[in-house]
Amino acid sequence: MSILNSTGGTRQVPVPVGRYAYLTFCALVFLFLVAPILVIVPLSFNAEPYFTFTEGMLRFDAEAYSLRWYREIVENEEWRRSLVNSLTIGISATVLATVLGTLAALGLANAHMPARRLVTGLLISPMVTPVIIAAAGMFFFYSSIGLGQTHLGLILAHTALGIPFVVITVTATLAGFDNNLTRAAASLGAGPVRTFRKVQLPLIAPGVLSGGLFAFATSFDEVVVVLFMAGVEQRTIPRQMWAGIREQISPAILAVATFLIGFAVLLLFAVEWLRRRNGSAPSRR
Amino acid sequence: MTRRRELRVRHSGLPGLAALLAIVCAGALQGAYAQSLTTVSWGGSYGRAVNEGINIPFTAETGIRINVEDYNGGLAQIRAQVDVGNIHWDVVDLEIADAVRGCDEGLLELIDVASMPPGADGTPAEDDFTPDSRTECGVGAVYWSTVYAYNSENIPGEKPATMADFFDLDRFPVRRAMRRVPQVNLEFALIADGVPLDEVYAVLDTPEGLNRAFRKLETIKDEVIWWEAGAQPPQMLADGEVVMSTAYNGRIFNAQVLENQPFVIVWDGQLLDVGQIGIVAGTPRLEAALEYVAFASRAEQQAAVGRRISYSPTRRSGAPLVTTHVETGVDMAPHLPASPGNVDRALRYDWQWWVDNQDELNERFSAWLAR
Amino acid sequence: MLLVVPLLLFVGVTFLAPLGMMLLRSVHDPVVADALPETLGVLAEWDGEGLPPEAAYETIARELTRAREERTLGQVAGRVNRVESGMRSLFTRTARGLPEVTERPWREVMVELDEAWGQPAVWNAVRATGQRFTARHYLNAVDMQRLPDGSVARQPEERRIYLSLMWRTLWVSGAITVLCLLLGYPIAHLIAHSPPRRANLLLLLVLVPFWTSLLVRTTAWIVLLQTQGVLNDILVAIGLIGDDGRLTMIYNMTGTIVAMTHVLLPFMVLPLYSVMRAIPPRYMDAAASLGATPTQAFRRVYWPQTLPGVGAGSLLVFILAIGYYITPALVGGSSGQLISNMVAYHMQTSLNWGLAGALGGIMLAGVFVLYVLYDRLVGIERLSLS
Repeated sequence: MSILNSTGGTRQVPVPVGRYAYLTFCALVFLFLVAPILVIVPLSFNAEPYFTFTEGMLRFDAEAYSLRWYREIVENEEWRRSLVNSLTIGISATVLATVLGTLAALGLANAHMPARRLVTGLLISPMVTPVIIAAAGMFFFYSSIGLGQTHLGLILAHTALGIPFVVITVTATLAGFDNNLTRAAASLGAGPVRTFRKVQLPLIAPGVLSGGLFAFATSFDEVVVVLFMAGVEQRTIPRQMWAGIREQISPAILAVATFLIGFAVLLLFAVEWLRRRNGSAPSRR
Repeated sequence: MTRRRELRVRHSGLPGLAALLAIVCAGALQGAYAQSLTTVSWGGSYGRAVNEGINIPFTAETGIRINVEDYNGGLAQIRAQVDVGNIHWDVVDLEIADAVRGCDEGLLELIDVASMPPGADGTPAEDDFTPDSRTECGVGAVYWSTVYAYNSENIPGEKPATMADFFDLDRFPVRRAMRRVPQVNLEFALIADGVPLDEVYAVLDTPEGLNRAFRKLETIKDEVIWWEAGAQPPQMLADGEVVMSTAYNGRIFNAQVLENQPFVIVWDGQLLDVGQIGIVAGTPRLEAALEYVAFASRAEQQAAVGRRISYSPTRRSGAPLVTTHVETGVDMAPHLPASPGNVDRALRYDWQWWVDNQDELNERFSAWLAR
Repeated sequence: MLLVVPLLLFVGVTFLAPLGMMLLRSVHDPVVADALPETLGVLAEWDGEGLPPEAAYETIARELTRAREERTLGQVAGRVNRVESGMRSLFTRTARGLPEVTERPWREVMVELDEAWGQPAVWNAVRATGQRFTARHYLNAVDMQRLPDGSVARQPEERRIYLSLMWRTLWVSGAITVLCLLLGYPIAHLIAHSPPRRANLLLLLVLVPFWTSLLVRTTAWIVLLQTQGVLNDILVAIGLIGDDGRLTMIYNMTGTIVAMTHVLLPFMVLPLYSVMRAIPPRYMDAAASLGATPTQAFRRVYWPQTLPGVGAGSLLVFILAIGYYITPALVGGSSGQLISNMVAYHMQTSLNWGLAGALGGIMLAGVFVLYVLYDRLVGIERLSLS
């Protein structure tokens, strides 16, 4: 089934040429989207320090493949440290962003919220602000309050960048939320906190979690702010990759990249699964 | 029912989160208790040589942990740190012009050369260091040179032999790479344009001479890839991304002996320079930094670096200690920039000229690149 | 309502305050004013013609020596250098060479140290940088300058780079937006009108790159496009090009455009997809049964209904493209750099933070306009993530 079928035009006038052209074009675009990512994976098992397929690899010669680049990153202290940094910064920023973002989304959902548009605009602005400008400003600001080159500074910065994702997903979930439920809970004598815990939270939990995953992915992939604010002690995986790409691309980078692709797929499935559970949420649109 | 269970799961997560935040805070404070020093060097094979020749033995002797950061020269990062008052670099391996400018601008601590340890033969430090390697805020590190090199596998016929050949697009219509800074490139351009070695700086000192150098660079601009890190040229030559490239001579040497790369150095028109070690002004770890500089400037340590990459010591008593390459046993002498045969047509880097002109030319160069 | 307060405060402190600080730097710079207060006081009386009085020489000699002792000389010299090049080395050299006391007039001593002190240009530069609040950086960012007599003029030819860079950023972002639309529209259509299982599968092909690290995707393009890269290898292997005719597809504008289109394509596909999914197939059927050809039906019925998605996707891609830094920095070479890269250059290399702030301010203003436009057309709370 494809476009022309569903548009109905083909039922009377079949135009297979146009349809094949269209399908071929779509196939090429999909290839454009995924091929670059797929190419990285086999190359990361290259036994030679090159970025292209050696003859041995094309012959599927077992000798041409090796795990040497994986061994290299596992044994390398810098990569290990950057993984720890990425996780600590990412998880802390995610927790902060999720808590604050969920609270704010609940507030925004309130019908009496004044200046909702302006406030939403402000809260979401980190997402569209060119990150280089944010990073430059953060460099000055955090240095001036003594948080330059600290984990805490990076956590706060990444929290700010992750917040829009939480606000957006939770707001979207809440839009499908029936306010009569909270009113019912209140009329049955539940306090606001209890209402939140027993009624709202279970319903919006999938939205909160996927917002959190977005926030985590944002922090885990962020490099510009890290470039400006991190010292050696705070280097994250993307920062380490940046140095690798700028200076000396070794296939070790491809091994890290393969790991990150696997990680991205995991995150993606987690978010999709949450979305399914939250079937009524308009974020599916 | 399932919803309720999930709620409970989220609840039980809260103490976990608190624990996690505690870990994060602990991690944030981590830097504070261990005595450590951030030293900044040039990465790649030189960075490795410094690490093995200086940093590891230093930590073994003093217990002070070394964090290595790489940079690609220039004063910008130091200026930024001093300007916003957030100093996290302690010791920096500098180009000599930067060491002098940094000293003038108050970015570097003064270092009294007499406080450095005596030479391997007991000569006092102030006599042991060659005079041209001493500045107010810097101690000599190594002699090094910028040359150009080519991958002989990718140049089938006639091979380039002179600086003029690097700029000759007709005979060598290949991609080449150069460092993304004005220094060295302007000198190379004039040498290639036929200016005698001893007149290069006199010509550069005139507006017409500068224009001439930029015009010469312009002739190959379309075929040039600009590198920043010293590790890039050997990489690009090996990948075939470029066929010839300017490079720090030691990087090419290491690719030759350690990776058996078919690279050839063209010594004609090489630019001889000397590196400096300086301390960032206002570092809270001044004492440890001074200790490091004293250690790094020992003749033995300089030689330990020189036996890992083809740069020679700035101490007279260090030079004889550089014998063979540590890993391969290759005799170092023929690979050093100052060896007879290599040094015949060498230009000595006039850092004084660059001290006066660097900022202006950085600006002009980047505007020229952006066009 | 109170629930919003903590986050608003948090974003205010961690995000908006830094932006404000950046913008403040673009108009405010007290370094020279703080270091040379007396000199500036003397210069306030000076008419800008000829040389200032001896008092100016005397005070600046004293204040430069003090700046050297207090280690602020580098900052002062760097600031003045931005208005008049050559000033950094003049200042540092002078401060190094100045005697503590002298019998002779200071003017004589200083002109002897460097004849530049005998020209009004130095003094005009000092006076210009001595203002705490200045529009200089914004003028600079649009290739203008203020002349000593106070009038505004264009920069000399060889120093005009920012306007052309802004245009380049705009047209590159525009080109990328159009490319994303051309590539994204058909596949969004295909996904939206496929049966659910196939649609989910195809959607994965869009979402995997969307979730994959930006650096990974950029690395992938380096691997694919470089001279000895996979794509060139394939072209050589199938005989389309010779081994010596390998194409240069990276470290230039081509690299920037290809990689950025790849990175931003999902941002186009996802909003298009969500709009298209809501279009009932019976509309097209109705058009067909009324005798419209497929082209007519598409143009008159389908396309107009997808316009909200086209607008949302295009605006989003355009906004994101304007601010892109990482991808051009890694694959753009020198010809594929955008305005963000210039901001980074002035932040990290030239340390002209005021100018970086001004360029950033202009970018912010542009993005702000687009953001408001987006809000009006789409509604920011409907920014679709997937």
